[in-house]
Amino acid sequence: MTVARADAVLTGQHFFLGDHAFAEGALAAGCRFFGGYPITPSTEVAERLARRLPEVGGIFVQMEDELASMAAIVGASVAGARAMTATSGPGFSLMMENLGLAAMMEVPCVVVNVQRGGPSTGLPTLVGQADVMQARWGSHGDYEIVAYSPASPQECFDLTVKAFNTADQFRIPVLLMADEVVAHMTERVTIPPPEAIPHVERKRPGQGPGDNGFLPFKADDDLIPPMVHAGEGYRVHFTGLTHDERGYPVLTGPAHDRLVRRLVDKIRLKAWQIVEYEEYRVEDARVVVIAYGSTARSARRAVTLAREQGIPAGLLRPITLWPFPGERVRKLAERVSAFVVPELNLGQLSREVERFTSLPVLGVNHAGGAMMPPEPILDVIREARG
Amino acid sequence: MSTSTFIAERHPSDPLFRADRLPHIWCPGCGIGPAMHAYAQAMVESEIPLARHVCVSGIGCTGRVPGYLNMDSYHTTHGRAIPFATAIAIVKPELEVTVYSGDGDLFAIGGNHFIHAARRNVDLNVICINNFNYGMTGGQVGPTTPMGARATTAPFGNYEQPFNLPYLAAATGAVFVARWTSLHLRQLKQAFLRAMKKRGFTFVEVLAPCPVGFGRPNDIGDAMEEMTLYRERCVVDASARLDSLDIDLRDKERPITLGNFVDIERPVFDPLAMMRPAGERENHAALAGKTQEG
Ligand SMILES: Cc1ncc(C[n+]2csc(CCOP(=O)(O)OP(=O)(O)O)c2C)c(N)n1
Ligand code: SF4
Ligand SMILES: [Mg+2]
Repeated sequence: MTVARADAVLTGQHFFLGDHAFAEGALAAGCRFFGGYPITPSTEVAERLARRLPEVGGIFVQMEDELASMAAIVGASVAGARAMTATSGPGFSLMMENLGLAAMMEVPCVVVNVQRGGPSTGLPTLVGQADVMQARWGSHGDYEIVAYSPASPQECFDLTVKAFNTADQFRIPVLLMADEVVAHMTERVTIPPPEAIPHVERKRPGQGPGDNGFLPFKADDDLIPPMVHAGEGYRVHFTGLTHDERGYPVLTGPAHDRLVRRLVDKIRLKAWQIVEYEEYRVEDARVVVIAYGSTARSARRAVTLAREQGIPAGLLRPITLWPFPGERVRKLAERVSAFVVPELNLGQLSREVERFTSLPVLGVNHAGGAMMPPEPILDVIREARG
Repeated sequence: MSTSTFIAERHPSDPLFRADRLPHIWCPGCGIGPAMHAYAQAMVESEIPLARHVCVSGIGCTGRVPGYLNMDSYHTTHGRAIPFATAIAIVKPELEVTVYSGDGDLFAIGGNHFIHAARRNVDLNVICINNFNYGMTGGQVGPTTPMGARATTAPFGNYEQPFNLPYLAAATGAVFVARWTSLHLRQLKQAFLRAMKKRGFTFVEVLAPCPVGFGRPNDIGDAMEEMTLYRERCVVDASARLDSLDIDLRDKERPITLGNFVDIERPVFDPLAMMRPAGERENHAALAGKTQEG
């Protein structure tokens, strides 16, 4: 398009708000469509993209609601664009049906959820981390999801780039599960030159549209079918109904099991490749804190304080909430004595930790409203040490 | 050029319908099939290559239409066809995007999207099969069910005022608004053609029999009788006042007015409009290779 007036990749050092880093990460990843609806604390993502996308020839549309926003990013993606939306709890709930559509139609897209206190309107401007399970199970039916949890504006940038690549690689919706503290914090963000930004191409068919016998939903060995875009002449049918390799509805149990199993397995079997986490002083730890997002920052401090007091504590910070680094927890459980899971909800990720260990899992919980300080985490580390 | 030769030249062994998906799911006498055929004919006559036509639907009996057409087609979720299609139309303005869905899908659960897409004047054609009920789920009352008509969820008769769809479409900004029935196939095809040729948000309401969901509980009898009822009551009047287009089946004297009611020009939705030089703003779809409406 002739309208591009600015660089999409702002290579250099910046002081960015987390929300702005999401926007710049999207642009650097090649996102050229954003459909969204204002909601605190994610609005700054939309506001920055409203200015930046048109500058690089991309499309920003403020939709009429989050139902429309989610439908629009799926539509933009089937037309070939990398597409994103950003929201918070109430809007995230409204997006759930079409998140399932993206999973079923295998349409890559990225959803930022900046978590605030819920349920309902809850604490519109204040932090929460209580959408962890909604991210995993929020839409109906069986599906797998990939959800990243950034703990700094730099990660808001980096994980947004990664989210687009993961979405395109697996043909899935990918979630960026931030929290208000991280999204509204300003920190240094380094943006590399364009050629250093990782880019995974969406898998596209090798066959041309004229070839006979092309099956648009026939998966390769990696269980992922190549993706065809609107207007390329393939004459494809995409449906949210259970479908076969032609994309045609087949409403039987066996067809359903075959399809849903493939959709789930294409992620489950690659979970080891997708899972990411960071560790701090776990080598000789006896008590391991498992924390994510802004709470991980306090947890790191709590671990340092515990070490100063002679308690061998460590931190496991899941970067992917989903798939959860459960195998790592299982491995650590062989040599630690307890896990401590601080989170700004009344016990969500702690349930997942419990699935991978029979050791004590001690929660440090608050329903949200302020960042969790290190002290209550430290208290529970001490308690766990016994 | 006759329609069949047009197809024959481009796709010798490639019909417009997905023959391998037949038989279709619709009941005998359903009005959706004939209206789908008129749409297919219009696509062929539009002289826009089939590869550039895209059909998007929501959920319902009507929502199954794109699945039977041999084209790029998207069967989305209940009510959300319009925002899905909006994004396709703005990401690829060279495509001719049509939303084909039911009255419940477009005006109950999806009503908000309809009014906003019309307001924005998104370059979309919206075709609504209005069968006065929720056919797919077994004949429930909907936003176009006439007053007094019975439905499974209005067992004593509907007491809600239904939408006057052409009036709604015109008031919210559609640049072309028509109403026909699935009996008026020639006029219907012409209306579809006009909609395809026009840039901006167009709306065609198709009154269609649903002998199972609407005819039977309302003692209309079979599909033939329902069609006869529409034929006898229908009056073509393109200059009718939009606010007079309400349908009331109880009043035997009251006509069902058909026609192409609105055909105007308005700037088409362009998210990049403000980034273009002033003279180029109204013209971008033409630049994208689309026929400019004269
Ligand atoms: C979110 C949601 N709610 C309800 C349904 C059930 N449902 C399927 S089709 C339909 C109504 C369809 O009516 P209409 O749009 O008039 O289409 P028709 O079947 O009459 O052609 C409903 C309520 C659904 N699929 N999704
Ligand atoms: S229920 Fe009504 S709308 Fe649905 S296929 Fe049967 S006749 Fe057509
Ligand atoms: Mg209906």
